[in-house]
Amino acid sequence: MGLFILRRVGVMILTALCLTFVVFFLTNLYPNLEKLAKTQGNARMTDAEVASWIDRNGYGGPMIVRYGEWLGVVPGWTRFDEQTEQWRGRCFERGENPEDAPRFCGILQGDLGFSTVSDDEVSNIIGGRLALTGVLMFWAFAVMVPAALLVGVLAGMREGSRMDRSLSTFAIASTATPEYVSGVIFIVLLASSTAGLSPWLSEMGWIEGRTLFLGSARSAMEDGINIWNFTLPVLTIALYGMGYIARMTRASMAEVMTAQYIRTARLKGVSFRNIVLKHALRNALIAPFTVIMLQFPWLLTGVVIVETLFNYNGFGWTLVQAASNNDIELLLACSIVAVFVVLVTQLISDIGYVFLNPRIRIS
Amino acid sequence: MEPITWTGSFGAFLNPLMLAAVVVFFAGVVANFAMNLVGLRAGEVQINPDHTLTINRTPVDYALMAMKYSVLLFLACWALFVIGGLTLPEYEQKGIIGAMGQRFLPVWIALIVMFALSIRFKRKLGLYGKLFDSPIGMVGFGLVMFWMFSAIFADLIITHGPIDVISQMRNEVPGSFLPSPDEGDFPLYILGGDNLGRDVFSRMVMGAREVLKIAPAATLFAFMVGITLGLPAGYFGGRLDTLLTFIANLVLAFPVILLFYLLVTPEIVAAGIPTAMAAVLFLFPIIFFVVLWNSRYHMQPQKRLLYISISLVIGFWLYSGLAFNADPLGIISMPGNILIVFVSVVFVNSPTVFRIVRGIVLDIKTRDYVAAGQTRGEGPWYIMLWEILPNARGPLIVDFCLRIGYTTILLGTLGFFGLGVSPESPDWGSTINEGRRLLTIYPHPALPPALALMSLVLGLNLLADGLREESLKD
Repeated sequence: MGLFILRRVGVMILTALCLTFVVFFLTNLYPNLEKLAKTQGNARMTDAEVASWIDRNGYGGPMIVRYGEWLGVVPGWTRFDEQTEQWRGRCFERGENPEDAPRFCGILQGDLGFSTVSDDEVSNIIGGRLALTGVLMFWAFAVMVPAALLVGVLAGMREGSRMDRSLSTFAIASTATPEYVSGVIFIVLLASSTAGLSPWLSEMGWIEGRTLFLGSARSAMEDGINIWNFTLPVLTIALYGMGYIARMTRASMAEVMTAQYIRTARLKGVSFRNIVLKHALRNALIAPFTVIMLQFPWLLTGVVIVETLFNYNGFGWTLVQAASNNDIELLLACSIVAVFVVLVTQLISDIGYVFLNPRIRIS
Repeated sequence: MEPITWTGSFGAFLNPLMLAAVVVFFAGVVANFAMNLVGLRAGEVQINPDHTLTINRTPVDYALMAMKYSVLLFLACWALFVIGGLTLPEYEQKGIIGAMGQRFLPVWIALIVMFALSIRFKRKLGLYGKLFDSPIGMVGFGLVMFWMFSAIFADLIITHGPIDVISQMRNEVPGSFLPSPDEGDFPLYILGGDNLGRDVFSRMVMGAREVLKIAPAATLFAFMVGITLGLPAGYFGGRLDTLLTFIANLVLAFPVILLFYLLVTPEIVAAGIPTAMAAVLFLFPIIFFVVLWNSRYHMQPQKRLLYISISLVIGFWLYSGLAFNADPLGIISMPGNILIVFVSVVFVNSPTVFRIVRGIVLDIKTRDYVAAGQTRGEGPWYIMLWEILPNARGPLIVDFCLRIGYTTILLGTLGFFGLGVSPESPDWGSTINEGRRLLTIYPHPALPPALALMSLVLGLNLLADGLREESLKD
């Protein structure tokens, strides 16, 4: 078991290195740097000026060395600026003495770099944003997982029954509705003052405000979350992921229900309720566990869409901003977080699967 | 002039009928659920001593019957609206639904012809024919073909150009008449105007063409890549398998949205990355076909030469046009922004296909007929492409349908973030994105493309489900 985990972690680190290098490579391509130079300097730079800007700000040199600097295994660059007669470098503020600064400053030293657009340390920005997204994810999971498991178990316990057919169709419909579609439909139905249910409800005097829910989660960041401003984003994320988990649970439940030991229990006269709850359920939930864990990377896309749609300034929104403003270090930090989340969930799902399933033993 | 109503003159008596159908349906659902909880069951068939059958109808049966007929009634109302749209002369009488039904006339004709022919000859059509035994599959197929035909006949269906702007029609509600229509102009915006004054209906229909131009082709390419790499990985195993699986997992570990944001930017196009990726990815179909023919006909040199040279000529002709935009004949070309969208969608999809193919191969290669082939001295590629692949077609066809749906969603995501599409493009994702800004005040521009995308993907999913069910039957 220890060796298995060790090997998985090794592969994971290798994957993380490859992925971050790919991201680093794509964000540091020359046209991207040129754009950065023009946004940071001025838009009418000549090619020679661009080249010298890139060189002055430490974006020159071979890609692999700069990747090493960013990672923190190669000493950060230092350069003497002849115009201002000051030392400049990766690891210290302009004008400081390079002797006092640490030699290495990269991810491994916990330095995520500097966001050129927000004019702030990346680590200051990304922490708060991640917390906001964490709250959103938590509620999305709290809604999605129980609902999906319930739908899956109810559908799978009597395969082919009418209940199975209607719930399966619902699950299919929910996988066919991406966030940007369900979000739009939800907003029109429940959060619009001119269409959908809200005008009718407020006319009847059943709701206090003008709309049933709020079509933007902006207030959730300042005033705290409540049902009014957080229902729609959570529902939107939960709906798309739910169908897939429900289908997997259904398949697993249907398989378990045809197993020999279930038949034995039925023949012994155990009631159907007891068979489902005590005998089938636990074995049927092993496979969905993996699926739920692997759902995280999917949710990441969903989070980006939902945060853009509902104006919620979390991690996904930051990613979009960083990418569209060509904020290289922020984007790199975002991708580190994304890659980390994906890999860790994969690891947990692998290890958890082995733990949960007594038939698999890795010696 | 006042905008026309949704239901026109038929609405007076069909609207209450539809409402009644909906009410009855939901009452049936609730009653059914309640009776299930109490423990009532549907009536069962009893065999009498004189070999006749008796069904005792219970309240559950009546509830189910009520639900069934209310659905039929609801659909019949819709059909009547469409018929009204085709027969009534004035747009006020047709209503919005009728007017739309009338515009979609070529689609209806094509659908009816296709369904009639398919059901007539379904026993001779293999898996495709069997699809018409499954109601779910038929519904899915109908939805998919509806959008397919809409895309094909889009020029006949649209009422205005997808980028024609009439500024007075900005944000006008569905059914609004044009302020001063010229001779020969369609007199109204059926589904209203968007925030720039373009016709929402025409943009939705043209959006179908945009999506269906890319999604199936990109999925097909992803399958070619996935199959060409997955077959040897599963069959040979070993180092090759480890390496390919590692690369596939690498791509899969990338959050899709991040990859899109990194790849689909003008700067990346300027750096030539998409061309390089296209150069690699588009090579796989050529390799696939060359290996396919070579393994089959390597004992018949003439046939082999013929088939391989045909594949190479056509393959490299398309390759030069698609990947490098350098078609010597100047027929095939792909603009840079479409190419990058196409390439990234193929790139994202192919590792999943690879994993599926590899899994199936690992399963099938233990079968006896593979061992028999090996004993006969068949080469590994012959076994992979002509023994294993045909036997893996069931799950692959099902996954193909699902994956077109997923690709459609991906394309919508790209459009939603405005990546890789021209700003005027009528594709569904960008239209939703444009409409969402004023969503709470003017819901009508964003809703039609959203519902269209949902129905297409739903149709593909239902089609896949029907195919899976029918292919498992034998």
